[in-house]
Amino acid sequence: MEMLWFWLVSVMFAIYVVMDGFDFGAGILHLVVAKTNEERREVLGAIGPLWDGNEVWLLAGGGSLFLAFPKVLAAGFSGFYLAMWLVVWCLMLRGISIEFRSHVQDGLWRHFWDTTFSVSSVLLPVLFGAALGNVLRGVPLDGSGYFGMPLWTNFRLGPQPGVLDWYTVLIGVFALVTVAAHGSVFLAWKTEGPVHDRSRALSMNLWGLVLVLWILASVATFMVNPGLFRNLPNAPLAWVATLLFLAGLLVVFVGILRERFLMAFLGSGAFILGLLAASAACVYPVMLKSTLDPAFDLTALNASVGLHGLRTGLVWWLIGFPIAIGYIGLLFWLHRGKVKAAGEGEGY
Amino acid sequence: MGDPLFWHRLQFGFTATYHYLFPQLTMGLALVIVVLKALGLRTGEARYNDAARFWIRIFGINFAVGVVTGIPLEFQFGTNWAQFSRVSGGIIGQTLGMEGMFAFFLESSFLGLLIWGEKRLSPKGHFGAALALWIGSWLSGYFIIATNAFMQHPVGYTVAADGTFQLASFWTFLLNPWALGQYAHNMIAAVVTGSFVVASVGAFWTLKGIHAEQARLNLRIGTVMGLIFSVLVAFPTGDLQGKLVAKHQPVALAAMEGRFESGPRASLTLIGQPDVAKRKIENPVRVPAVLSFIAYGTFSSNVKGLLEFPEDQWPQNIELLYYSFHIMAGLGTLMIALMALAAFLLWRGRLEGNRPVLWVLMLAFPFPYIATTAGWAVAEFGRQPWLIYGLLRTTQGGSPTVNAGNTAFTTLGFAGIFVVLTILWLFLIGRELAHGPESHAPQA
Ligand code: HDD
Ligand code: HEM
Ligand code: HEM
Repeated sequence: MEMLWFWLVSVMFAIYVVMDGFDFGAGILHLVVAKTNEERREVLGAIGPLWDGNEVWLLAGGGSLFLAFPKVLAAGFSGFYLAMWLVVWCLMLRGISIEFRSHVQDGLWRHFWDTTFSVSSVLLPVLFGAALGNVLRGVPLDGSGYFGMPLWTNFRLGPQPGVLDWYTVLIGVFALVTVAAHGSVFLAWKTEGPVHDRSRALSMNLWGLVLVLWILASVATFMVNPGLFRNLPNAPLAWVATLLFLAGLLVVFVGILRERFLMAFLGSGAFILGLLAASAACVYPVMLKSTLDPAFDLTALNASVGLHGLRTGLVWWLIGFPIAIGYIGLLFWLHRGKVKAAGEGEGY
Repeated sequence: MGDPLFWHRLQFGFTATYHYLFPQLTMGLALVIVVLKALGLRTGEARYNDAARFWIRIFGINFAVGVVTGIPLEFQFGTNWAQFSRVSGGIIGQTLGMEGMFAFFLESSFLGLLIWGEKRLSPKGHFGAALALWIGSWLSGYFIIATNAFMQHPVGYTVAADGTFQLASFWTFLLNPWALGQYAHNMIAAVVTGSFVVASVGAFWTLKGIHAEQARLNLRIGTVMGLIFSVLVAFPTGDLQGKLVAKHQPVALAAMEGRFESGPRASLTLIGQPDVAKRKIENPVRVPAVLSFIAYGTFSSNVKGLLEFPEDQWPQNIELLYYSFHIMAGLGTLMIALMALAAFLLWRGRLEGNRPVLWVLMLAFPFPYIATTAGWAVAEFGRQPWLIYGLLRTTQGGSPTVNAGNTAFTTLGFAGIFVVLTILWLFLIGRELAHGPESHAPQA
């Protein structure tokens, strides 16, 4: 049961990254691929009806973590205190930027929100990537089940690292480029005209960069935490996940070359999903690794709540999850096809 | 000030209070919009849809602020109240998780359709979107209230060997009698907020002599709904809340009433200033035996006073509790009187010509906001010194590794963000009000 919940939580967060990833990507590229007001409204129109629902995956994922592994939530959230609030403030800024931009038809007003939208969209994946880096590297958890960490120390690894060191920054950059690449194929799929052309032109370069960074990140992870890969041979799920992300990568390149951008978008989703699933399979059952002593690790087994709680949660999770997927399906279907520029004062 | 707990409490109270300014209007307006869309569908008259369209725009702005101020609350459980989350996550994680799965997905999916989908959907489809959003926002309200109710009156749990609380009975927890009472009272209060805002806008346009048809419509809907829900908020739901507090948190009741001595035929204090050091109320105006009746249903019941409880179980801020409760109940009475007067004039067809009453209606919209904020202060300060009533003290719930400096920093950060949000909100809502409703030809 604990293992099942480990996977449910991982799946929720992975879906979050795939879903919010494409609208982060659109935000990162916003100022680059869209120059005029019409073009920018096209980008916002493409993600407008979807982004809030995408963000709910983070809240629902957080809720699942809370429900099943409150000790991990308590240690992680309080340990990364300042970094957490940076994330929250960026999320707030981004939400407001998207929602408020369209309300006033004024160049300066719009320019301001376009910029805040982009800046927060850049910062967020870096922070989330760095968070993943921290999970892979480990944190100074002690016997009390808590840790505290400064934002950075000297950017080197060691038993008392900062939230940001060279490794976590590298993972952050990898995350940034990956979601930008993910966003580029999404935009190429959903838009036409100049936005489509610029996104398409960028997508190949971005995906090339993803490939390079992926190799770098894998090597670095091996150096930082060699134990991770020891799990690999006897974790069949890791193999499935690896196959998934390799296939996804292939599909992306084929899709871009053949100009089949829905296909490329699905491929890039599979790449992200697979990569995260493979990481999860490698760390299992550890959820927060201690840099001080493996005995202090928080694992799916020692951090979970009682069986009755997990079973109860599973019942409603199994009801809620398909409903949530249904809404997403409905939304994508209702907004199918290329985005059309809405009349002034309507839409995003 | 060097005590991190001080800052944790300040931060949660401040951000929750600010957040709740927005959902109360969202949840109230959601029902108003459903009513308007239903009337539009029933009568086929364009004016109902015009009114709905105007309120949907207000709703959209308000909702966006509600969303961005709600996210930090969710995070605070982990960042600032780690120890509380650690021991009770197995229980309150259930409702917080369900809120995401069942309510937030529903709201976020249908909001876009409600705002931008009127041309794309059939009238029935658009009504459906309004209905879905109403259900979503009210579901969200239930899950969060059930979470709060567990802190007020924990049920359905067991204490495990390591001191954590584990779920024992899901349905007992979810259908906590406290949650049911609190939900009814709180949601009705949200509709009061919505109705007062609608009536206020109607009065404003009437006084200015603009948008005559829409002004009349809003005035009518706001007044009728306002009267019904103002009455419901006091009776039976406010009364029920009082009885729940009397039964499960008798110390809090004594503090709310500023009552130090125990005894039967307890009197209800209408006005007076509590002096905690002297343990009495200064200059009181009292109605004999009514408190006994309110709390227990008979005039002769014994109502316990604070002195009957050990002092370490008293809520720390008795004065605040006393004043907040009296502000809420006092405003509640006033609001019933105002809406009754307005509804009477409306019935006689004289409301639109009565400028003094219109002025009062226009300026009365802050009353429900003040009353709900005071109500939450009663609930949250009344719960002290417990974080989970009788189980976990507030002093035991904070994050052990977060220091006062960091929490002070983030609290100030929020203060700055909220100032900006408030300005933006006022600016955008002001624009919508100035712009007014748009009249569209009947929808195809
Ligand atoms: C329009 C707003 C409004 C009005 C007019 C009233 N209330 Fe209220 N009250 C609330 C809005 C509210 C609230 C904000 O919704 C609270 C806070 C917590 C909750 O669930 O509801 C609340 C809480 C609350 C509590 C505290 C429960 C606790 O400790 O958890 C009591 C005892 C009452 N109410 C009783 C009353 C009575 C006797 C009223 C008589 C007129 C009244 N309320 C009017
Ligand atoms: C319904 C969900 C809510 C939950 C789960 C909740 C939870 C909490 C928690 C964990 C604290 C900090 C611990 C403590 O001081 O006891 C707190 C304090 C507080 N909350 Fe709430 N709250 C909720 C709603 C609200 C709302 C809507 C308001 C205001 C409008 C509010 C006002 C306050 C205040 C003023 C405090 C500070 C009390 C004190 O420290 O003495 N709360 N609440
Ligand atoms: C302290 C406890 C609270 C927490 C942790 C909290 C959390 C949140 C979060 C995360 C959101 C954003 C959802 C999204 O992205 O769509 C939100 C919005 C919302 N919250 Fe709260 N909330 C709290 C208090 C309350 C209370 C007391 C109510 C009312 C009963 C409430 C009702 C709503 C509603 C209806 C929304 C939808 C957005 C809106 O209407 O503005 N919340 N809340």
